[in-house]
Amino acid sequence: MNMIFGRTKSLKDTPTHFCPGCTHGIAHRIVAEVLDELGVVDRTIGIPGVGCCVFMYHYFPIDVLEAPHGRAPACATGLKRVQPDKIVFAYQGDGDMAAIGTSEIIHAANRGENVTVIYVNNSVYGMTGGQMAPTTLLGQQTTTSPYGRDFKTEGYPIKMAELMATLEGVAYSSRVALNSPKNVLAAKRAVRKAFEMQIHEMGFSMVEMLSTCNTNWRVSPTEALDKIENEMIPYFPLGTFKERTGKDFL
Amino acid sequence: MNERTLTKGNIALAEGAIQAGCRFYFGYPITPQNDIPEYLARRLPKVGGTFIPAESEIASINMVMGAAASGARAMTSSSGPGISLMQEGFSYMAGSEIPGLVVNIMRCGPGLGGISPTQGDYNQAVHGGGHGDYRNIVLAPASVQEMFDLTILGFELADKYRMLSVILADAMVGQFQEPCRLTPEKPVEIIEKPWALTGCKGRKPHLVKSLYLGPGEQERHNLDLLAKYNLIRETEVRFEEKSLDDADLMIVAFGTPSRIAKSAIGIARAKGLKVGLLRPITLFPFPTRRIRERTERIKKVLVVEMNTGQMLGDVRLAAAPDAGIRFYGRPGGGIPYPDDIYGEILKAME
Repeated sequence: MNMIFGRTKSLKDTPTHFCPGCTHGIAHRIVAEVLDELGVVDRTIGIPGVGCCVFMYHYFPIDVLEAPHGRAPACATGLKRVQPDKIVFAYQGDGDMAAIGTSEIIHAANRGENVTVIYVNNSVYGMTGGQMAPTTLLGQQTTTSPYGRDFKTEGYPIKMAELMATLEGVAYSSRVALNSPKNVLAAKRAVRKAFEMQIHEMGFSMVEMLSTCNTNWRVSPTEALDKIENEMIPYFPLGTFKERTGKDFL
Repeated sequence: MNERTLTKGNIALAEGAIQAGCRFYFGYPITPQNDIPEYLARRLPKVGGTFIPAESEIASINMVMGAAASGARAMTSSSGPGISLMQEGFSYMAGSEIPGLVVNIMRCGPGLGGISPTQGDYNQAVHGGGHGDYRNIVLAPASVQEMFDLTILGFELADKYRMLSVILADAMVGQFQEPCRLTPEKPVEIIEKPWALTGCKGRKPHLVKSLYLGPGEQERHNLDLLAKYNLIRETEVRFEEKSLDDADLMIVAFGTPSRIAKSAIGIARAKGLKVGLLRPITLFPFPTRRIRERTERIKKVLVVEMNTGQMLGDVRLAAAPDAGIRFYGRPGGGIPYPDDIYGEILKAME
């Protein structure tokens, strides 16, 4: 029997803790495939933020530093400055990056730290039970926006990929979605591009991944995929917002 | 090499860090410690080091965490409000057993406070500040030379025990100038870090973390940390004693008040009063046993601090139960004169 699809080398052979239907496993798979393809697994250091991503060390066979909530980009700065020859990536959720960690992400990006950030946006605080995040869509009901997010009192969902693209230190900022085979393939191309930016010392790179949280959204896995398509993507458009080329690099 | 140069305390500390092999500094400006980052911003690039003017003290301590997790000697420095912001990082570094050096040139508080010399951060430094069950090594220099020497020792102890060393100094020690030997007294100890995160080529992956969710895991971790802290209590206590062997009264003071106390002791001795000094150099580990031993005989104790009484609690716990303990404190930037302390000596001797 020919094996035509299997576990990628850089994911450990272990069940994940992610809820059934969550697309977080796909995000992990994409990162692992890219590390494999680029041949950098044994010189990569990962820094998970706080949230569902924190157990990264259960799944990736790499060195891992567990960062305080929101501070992964600052920890990544310290690691990379000591070891510029290593591949350093932070892995943050939307609460971690877009709420408590806005200062650290913006300044790491603005300094042009040569690190990669994988940003999983599922529009809620997943691990703590689905509270409202800065990325929660208008009208979206969560445990702490039980009547739906209202822009008059809670403001608007924050668009990190676009925000990061305005900073000079950013080499690459892109938003992808994990809700369809086509989008997953595009997501992988973006993640590969982001790590290539780091390998070529182009500066800070980030990929925002629209991801499901069907448990806290209180919908089925397939309905969650549809929600990404019909509700998230219209507000959080997919695409590359900044891509530095060698020519642009000062 | 005994050549001594007239040096400011903060500069001696910064050069001590360089001599200790620290090549990574991250910090945010705050008075009265700005001489440290300003010196290192000039000095570090000349020795192949890295200086990052961080966006906040929260970022600073997390950069220290990342650099130190790589195995490098890394540091930050700040004062009151900045140190408060770093307490999250203190706790994570304690839990993850990441070594590092943090300098607190204290300013008055609470709140924005003032920039005069003070010692109001004793409790924060010695008894926690961040969440969880942890300790930091806390070193209290009282001279420019100690700013240099204790910074080197701080890095050595931090690496040896995989924990944070805090240099807790008042602004007087930070700002005044004294002759200082700017070379290490003995060869700087370099400690191997086989646990560091350097990429897993040719070995199993390393993990540096503080989250323990499995049954009993966190309790075991806390007890392991306790065993380490108890070992430090046994082996790393440092203090200075002066004129205690015949003393009827023992002053306990650290930092600048210990210097002023020495002048007061001079006045008292000239008048035939038998007064001596015990100066803790390590605030954690605290010289608990030594204070107990001394107070088995010396029944009068005067604690002098530039705060409203913080180390006082540790002295009370350490002293023999029948020792009489008085306190003289000047908070909020008040600095005692030798005569002030001499007046307190007279009251205590009554």
